[in-house]
Amino acid sequence: MKKDNDRIESFTRRAFIVGALQCTFLTVLGGRLAWLQVAQGSKYKTLAENNRINLKMIAPSRGKIVDRFGTALAVNDQNFRVLIVPEQAHDMEKVLSSLQKLIDLSQRDIKKVLKQVEKQAAFVPLEVKDNLNWEDVARIEVHLPDLPGVSIDVGEIRTYPYGAATAHLVGYVGAVSRSELSDDPVLSLPGFKIGKTGIEKVYDEKLRGTAGTAEVEVNVVGREVRELKRHSGKTGAKVKLSIDTDLQIYTQERLATEQSASAVIMDVHTGAVYALSSSPSFDPNLFTRGLSAEKWEEMLADPGLPLNNKAVGGQYPPGSTFKMVTALAALEEGKITRNKSVYCPGHYDYGDDRFHCWKRGGHGRVDLIDALAESCDTFFYEIATDIGIDKLAEYAYKLGLGQKLAFELAEERPGLMPSKGWKMGQFGESWQPGETIVASIGQGYILSTPLQLAVMTSRLVNGGFAVKPWVVGYTGRQAGQQGNWPKLGFQDRHLELIIKGMNRVVGHPDGTAFASQIDHEAFKMGGKTGTAQVKRITMADRLEGVQNSDLPWKYRHHALFVGYAPVSSPRYACAVVVEHGGSGSGTAAPIARDILRKTQERDPASKPMSADGMEQADGTPPVRKAQHEGRANG
Amino acid sequence: MGKAIEIQGGMTLKQKLIQMNWGLVLLIGLIAGVGFIALYSAANGSLNPWASRQIARFAVCLVGMMVIALIDVRVWYRAAYPLYALGFILLVIVEAMGHIGMGAQRWIDLGFMKLQPSELMKIVVVMALARYFHVATLDDMKRFKFLIPPALLIGAPVGLVLLQPDLGTSLMIIMAGAAMFFIAGASKWLFIGGIAGTAAIIPLAWQFGLHDYQKQRVRTFLDPESDPLGAGYHITQSKIALGSGGIEGRGFLKGTQSHLNFLPEKQTDFIFTLWAEEWGLLGGVFLLALFGLTFLYAGWIAFRCRHAFGRFMAFGLMVNFSLYVFINVAMVMGLIPVVGAPLPLISYGGTAMLAAMIGFGLIMSCNIHRDSKLPRM
Repeated sequence: MKKDNDRIESFTRRAFIVGALQCTFLTVLGGRLAWLQVAQGSKYKTLAENNRINLKMIAPSRGKIVDRFGTALAVNDQNFRVLIVPEQAHDMEKVLSSLQKLIDLSQRDIKKVLKQVEKQAAFVPLEVKDNLNWEDVARIEVHLPDLPGVSIDVGEIRTYPYGAATAHLVGYVGAVSRSELSDDPVLSLPGFKIGKTGIEKVYDEKLRGTAGTAEVEVNVVGREVRELKRHSGKTGAKVKLSIDTDLQIYTQERLATEQSASAVIMDVHTGAVYALSSSPSFDPNLFTRGLSAEKWEEMLADPGLPLNNKAVGGQYPPGSTFKMVTALAALEEGKITRNKSVYCPGHYDYGDDRFHCWKRGGHGRVDLIDALAESCDTFFYEIATDIGIDKLAEYAYKLGLGQKLAFELAEERPGLMPSKGWKMGQFGESWQPGETIVASIGQGYILSTPLQLAVMTSRLVNGGFAVKPWVVGYTGRQAGQQGNWPKLGFQDRHLELIIKGMNRVVGHPDGTAFASQIDHEAFKMGGKTGTAQVKRITMADRLEGVQNSDLPWKYRHHALFVGYAPVSSPRYACAVVVEHGGSGSGTAAPIARDILRKTQERDPASKPMSADGMEQADGTPPVRKAQHEGRANG
Repeated sequence: MGKAIEIQGGMTLKQKLIQMNWGLVLLIGLIAGVGFIALYSAANGSLNPWASRQIARFAVCLVGMMVIALIDVRVWYRAAYPLYALGFILLVIVEAMGHIGMGAQRWIDLGFMKLQPSELMKIVVVMALARYFHVATLDDMKRFKFLIPPALLIGAPVGLVLLQPDLGTSLMIIMAGAAMFFIAGASKWLFIGGIAGTAAIIPLAWQFGLHDYQKQRVRTFLDPESDPLGAGYHITQSKIALGSGGIEGRGFLKGTQSHLNFLPEKQTDFIFTLWAEEWGLLGGVFLLALFGLTFLYAGWIAFRCRHAFGRFMAFGLMVNFSLYVFINVAMVMGLIPVVGAPLPLISYGGTAMLAAMIGFGLIMSCNIHRDSKLPRM
């Protein structure tokens, strides 16, 4: 028992020591609390006032779009904006009216700002005007002391140095619409722009980059006190196009001589597109800088549809440019040989129907080469029913017609190549032989885009390879879709025969485009004219001898030309479509001559693209250089 | 005697209920009530998601605590080692296949709650040590060999918890264990030597034993302003929140620092900050006083107990509970490094609440059965 008492005594003694320690700890804690809350209370209260950290997202810089030589086609320029902080301005109306004396500021702009003042906290800066030029900025800077609450802010704005010349290809950016919102939080940033058309649209995600973040300290009511940390995010990838900007500008200018036209120039072997133009065009910078309602209405009303990219989205009957398809189908299917000849009296009778050749008196006896060179319709009428529409469609398809070609523009359209099955599905009617006859010269249901016609031409002259067009060479360091194209399986002698005919279109005095020869031995071109009817030529018209050029513009024929050069060893193919241009030989062929000549002079194919220097994100020098070059060459 | 009588310890249920420490239950209820108010505020004036669940949990734990309190202390005496073994096995399991959370493996997912065996381990270590020291004479306590088994009882779980790695919990087990050694009568030179030894080991531990995140916490503790947005953020923000509370506090639901999410983990480890920001020095001292009274009450129970097992267990559990409080409150005030320890009964979380209530149940069992005859030797 004594032992037990000893133990209890020991326990009690030691427990008191522990208890005393605990008391000490508690006292220390209480003291610390009093120190923090009373002695240092006011210090921490102030800290608390200033102490909020907000995470802000910073919009990434959009990747540049450049041409094959690195010339900038879409860059980010500095955008100077004038901002005003209501609580610093005190008398908003007075400050705004003094601002009005310095820069161009409409009464409507002022009303808009004043209206916004009520909606937001007084410390949030409001945008008064953006896209200020240097003179405006300088004037405001000088007068800043008299403009309380006013400040100049620098942002980024997408700029297209070549404006209308590359508008359809490069596209433009615009504000994010509700339906375009995705998981990417960047999209909800105020003022964020995404690609709306062209490469800007299709390559938007690559060009967009990733957002940066900034940690800013804000006070009790959300006013920013200072920036603590900043991660600048990642600039979007640079997209390098196969385009030759000087050639593009030249093509655009050449097409502008017509009311509405489009053209494609591509490499017959690689598929690289060197120029792709649609005229009339528009200035994409208007879209990023704010477009007036009047200008918008004007563009919508223009019959030339300036907003449409007709080079990939315009669908036209190919007319006589389709005759190579008919010829190739007949040769490959063994329906004709090179010796086949037809007598053309100016028309062809099938059953009770009479099909007219474009030449009223007829061509007399023609073989395949003559028929192509002189564009005799009767020859093709006669062989058409033997081939049949489904075989025609098969060869048209092989040559790239009637389908999308996976080109990098969302505006690309498929055209149309009819077949028996298609007509049954579409109209529930069976195909008529007469329709095959019409189809054999590229009329009727057939529709094609200039891009498809350029591809068709390329496939005919490149030895029968299934080349596909592309325009994006590199995205960042990643190469685009250039590849090894498979053979289509045509016989070389058949292709040679067709090329011979196409060479004669330009190179022979009887050829329909003889007048559009390139007068330079090394640059000679071959091709095929096409004149596509828009309006049916009635018997009455024929009897009255109505000239197509007398008709109102929108009823005139489309003028087409597909060409390639040099004839000795074709490298470039082009397709030109002039809407309601009258005739292929008269309107389209001269344009093709000029742009194919220009193409060969510049010879972009001899200067391969590279991904070199892709890492560099800074922008201005190439632009300046390019403009300089542009002037020197153009 | 049947098993039922044995469990009841020769007393009727009514007698036991009268003997129940209703004052302690009230104190616990008050502390938990502070927790409910703080959690309600943490959710910006809403019972969801924290306060309502915490209340439900407390109700369940309250019943559990009373059941534990009503079970004869002799049952706990006998169960001490088996429970220790069970806790140890759970700890091994968590080490072997536990989830990965916050860079450390610490819990077993039971579905309805995540059980941290290390929390239960703190209790069973105290129980096992109380059981061991129950039979020890003061002479025994002087014999070095006699102290080796209890040192292993502490060392084994500490080793496992260190592997997790959870430095805070292992230190708490060591401190609670050391307190047990001390009150059981181990030589005071052992403690003087132990403290000196620890001081000598710290530089070595810093060099080889600590994980980077642990080192960072200590560095941050030494100079929290050096990295205001990184690891020092917690401490700086917590001090600002406490300081801005002043004497009377910002008022219920008006603690801007906590509500604007400057305070991370405001519903768990930093709940004391939230409370003291809104209720000021008065509220903070009130809560500390509640804790102090709880320690006092539990200590008094230990003194009243007629058997060594009860004295050791009640006192040890009280020390263990107080360690939680000291460590958590010292941490949020920037007195010690951030160790990730909850404030018992107040912080949102299942295991901590469960462990604290089990502890109080055992303490009350010691009171109700303070006259029970336990085997000598």
